[in-house]
Parts: sequence; C-alpha cells; structure tokens
Amino acid sequence: MLNASGLAFIAAGSRWAQPDGQIMFLFILAMAAAEVSVGLAFVLLYHKKQLALDVDAASELRG
Amino acid sequence: MTPFFYLAGSVAIIATLLAVTRRHAVHALLYLIVSLLAVAAVFFVLGAPFVAALEIMIYAGAIMVLFVFVVMMLNLAVHAMEVEREWLKPKNWIGPALLALVLLAELIFCLSSFPDTPTAASIVDPKQVGTALFGSYWLGVEIASLLLMAGLVGGFHLGRHAIAGEEKQHVTHTDATRIDSRGDLVHAGSRGTSHAA
Repeated sequence: MLNASGLAFIAAGSRWAQPDGQIMFLFILAMAAAEVSVGLAFVLLYHKKQLALDVDAASELRG
Repeated sequence: MTPFFYLAGSVAIIATLLAVTRRHAVHALLYLIVSLLAVAAVFFVLGAPFVAALEIMIYAGAIMVLFVFVVMMLNLAVHAMEVEREWLKPKNWIGPALLALVLLAELIFCLSSFPDTPTAASIVDPKQVGTALFGSYWLGVEIASLLLMAGLVGGFHLGRHAIAGEEKQHVTHTDATRIDSRGDLVHAGSRGTSHAA
C-alpha cells in the first residue's frame, strides 16, 4: 500500500518534471523501513511468548 | 516507451495478485519482491531514475529481505499454512474486496475522464533531487533521520530478549514436545522438521 501511494507521488512529480514527488517517496520509504523494523521486532517478541502466531489470540499488547 | 510502462505495470499487478493469494508465506513474499521490481521499472519509464534505484536497493533489497529472513528464521510459513487455508476462503475476503472494487471503479472513471495521456516531461536526475532535498526539504531530512533513530532503538530494544528466548525455546520444545503436538493445529507442520539449535 505504501508502495502504491509512492507510485502516485512519483507519477505526480514526473507530470510537472519536479523532484518533489521523488522526495516524498524518499520519506515514505524511510517511514516504511522504520515501521517494518519495529513491526518485525514485535513479531519476534510475540514468537518468543508462544510458538503460535495467531492474530486472534493476540488481543492485548502487554508483554 | 509506452509498451514498457504497460508491460511493467501488468507484471506488477499480476505479481501483487499472486502475492495476496498464496498460502505459503515465502511464496507470497517472493511475488511481492517481483512486484516491487516491476514498480521500479515503471519509475524508470516515468523519468525518475533516482527513486527507481532506491526502490530496488532499499524496498526490495532491505525491507523485503528482512521480511524473508524473519519468516524463514521463525519458520512462520509452515506454522501458518492451515490458518491461511481458512483465511483465503471467499467468505472472508469478499466484503472488503467488493468495497475496494467500488473504489477502483471510481478511480478508473476519474482517470479516464481526462483525455490527455501525460508522458514524462523530462528526466528528473539525482542532482535535482539532491538539491531540493538539502535545499528546501532539509527539515524533512532531519525528521526522517529522527524517525529512523526511533525505529532503530525500538527494534533493538524489542528484539534484544527475543533472540535469546527463541534459541532456548527451540532446544527444549522441538524434541520433547513433538509427540505431544499431534493434535495441535499450529504445530502440524513442525513434525517433519528438526530444528538444529
């Protein structure tokens, strides 16, 4: 989804031959990288608790 | 140039469709990587070589590789096969898919009501992007570096105890509990595999 919105930004920036679209995509990329690293750290932590990665069982964020 | 755009675009769409319908997590991730490479080709056609290279290097080369590493390390694909078979049944995804189809029809209608097809006016090369990035958007660069630092510290803190606990668990859980996990739906795939810790 982030990639798709970035594609829209690049297309808009290319329409008027301005670098602003590419700059926005750069920020989206940085945000996606930070989000993925924290999200996967959560997955690792949750996997340590129980081997089953069942989203329905993860109803509270504590621990 | 235009046939390149349509070809890369159709590859991206088909790869993404295949990615969301796979039951095996690693297959889905590989299709997603193909989709990202196709979008990078679209960026090249649109005259944005800088972000095309960045997309390959960072998105497909770092973020997706991180995903693949985590899925392979925790053996998530095997554990999730039964759950995915249940989740991919039509009754689970038909609702959001219909609503998204309405939005897609809206988008196509809006796009087709403009008769001109704009092609890339000119190539925006990295030098222009760099000048604008450190000229007018320097504040965004600083905030992005703050965000990355927050992500780094958060990832390090959350993952610090996880790895040690994971290794201990693999040693104690694999051989001793393999007999007990016969009726367990989630452990169904781990019977044939042996985790050599």
